Amino acid sequence: MKDTTEYKASIENIRSQFPILSKKVNGRDLVYFDNAATSQKPYTVIKRIDNYYKNENANIHRGVHYLSQKATEDYESARNIIGTYLNAADTSEIIFTKGTTDGINLIASSFGSMLNEGDEILISAMEHHSNIVPWQLLETQRGIKLRIIPIHENGEIDMDAYNEMLNSKTKLVSVTHISNTLGSINPIGEIIDKAHAVGAKVLIDGAQSIQHDQIDLMALNCDFFVFSGHKVFGPTGIGVLYGKSEILNLMPPYQGGGDMIEKVSFEKTTFNVLPFKFEAGTPNIVGGIALGEAFNFLKSLNFNELHKHEMNLLKYAEEELNKLDNIRIIGTAKNKTSVISFNVGELHPFDIGTLLDKQGFAVRTGHHCTQPLMDFYKIPGTIRISFSVYNTKQEIDLFLIALKKAIDILS
Amino acid sequence: MNYSEKQNSIIEDFSMFEDWMEKYEFIIELGKEVNLIPEQDKSDDLLIEGCQSRVWLKSEVNNGQMYYFADSDAIITKGIISLLIKVMNGETPSTIAKENLFFIEKIGLQEHLSPTRANGLLEMVKRMKMDAIKNI
Repeated sequence: MKDTTEYKASIENIRSQFPILSKKVNGRDLVYFDNAATSQKPYTVIKRIDNYYKNENANIHRGVHYLSQKATEDYESARNIIGTYLNAADTSEIIFTKGTTDGINLIASSFGSMLNEGDEILISAMEHHSNIVPWQLLETQRGIKLRIIPIHENGEIDMDAYNEMLNSKTKLVSVTHISNTLGSINPIGEIIDKAHAVGAKVLIDGAQSIQHDQIDLMALNCDFFVFSGHKVFGPTGIGVLYGKSEILNLMPPYQGGGDMIEKVSFEKTTFNVLPFKFEAGTPNIVGGIALGEAFNFLKSLNFNELHKHEMNLLKYAEEELNKLDNIRIIGTAKNKTSVISFNVGELHPFDIGTLLDKQGFAVRTGHHCTQPLMDFYKIPGTIRISFSVYNTKQEIDLFLIALKKAIDILS
Repeated sequence: MNYSEKQNSIIEDFSMFEDWMEKYEFIIELGKEVNLIPEQDKSDDLLIEGCQSRVWLKSEVNNGQMYYFADSDAIITKGIISLLIKVMNGETPSTIAKENLFFIEKIGLQEHLSPTRANGLLEMVKRMKMDAIKNI
């Protein structure tokens, strides 16, 4: 892997914007390889949260006073930053949620209420529990049929099987853009087009892709796209559901309360327009504003350069891991992002994770909330390392030393 | 040795280790000597499902004393279980139910008993105590 001086300088510059990266854990420099679980936060996002509570805090959308108007303006401006960045047709199609899980549940509850017995929903075998359980609940409630698109051993969706499963009863296809466990990047363009050809709507779980890919919603032409703010350098507790307005307008409200109403009486209540129809109650104002700031940070990055950087890290780490004995990498799709799941012989992922933690490495071990996927590979879990814009080749070298040490202790 | 003395003796053993590696090497060695439950006896009602590692626990009362048998699929978890068994085995139900279990924290392994750790250990300690309470 090449590390040009100029390139190193830009990564150093990015690293310097993340205060947590200079922290020590168990007396050692932190190496943070758990980016698929959550990303770290740059100073700009942290300062924005601080500033909001120090100078702007007020409730939004109803106050006539200065602070309320300022907070409303900032919250709506964040929505605009996000909508513009993602190239949504209209800002009102950007609905603030608690996160990916909340977004999927909103669709399952609201869009799901328009489905009937016998209607089919397709998900893939590599989905996160968040994109499985809401549909299972809907299965019980409305008698819809949940069908699972199989995957190949290398972690790619079986597109032939998908094509065969699509039919006039298919009402929704809900798949992840990038697998949080395997790193596989799914061919969502093709998945969306094929679904539309049979009249089905498509929900894309963008929890992982939002950080690694430049998303263009209009070009993608998906009907729904959901993600969490915390995976894209923003705070926890805030996320986005994008939906095409013509579909969102047909859908009934998800939750009732303040903000989502136009007029309330005991005889008849009418609902507010998009996006407010789906945002009941006082929202996570500071979360929305800070997420806007996170998107400003995203805008400052050179995505092409970073994509190359992450691909280099992925390739280097996989090559080096494969040099060790008994390493099994789970997920070897041709099109893959910088997520590596692996096991070492019969050693338990939890044991390795514990010994890596003692050496200052933050990795994820376990089933990654994808138990059906673990069953498919017949393993209890994996050790997962996942990179972000601020990770370096040097950190991978240190990781390999620590991993060898953990293996030695356990063998 | 009584309940507290047994715990103090473990604390003393651990005080000799100079770094985390020695400590964990010792725990891993201990994991190899835990009272195993035979595979065919590992029924679902003995299983304590953690998010990461699984733990099986069985208890018996013999002459008014508690005896525990346990296993886990992760060796570090097994090592910590082995320490718990060393302390609790042969004690009366009332001792286990009422007396303080303090050694885990003193030897710096309290992180393994935090609810976020999800290795089933916290639940196991609770179940060991509950089994004792049932036999008072």
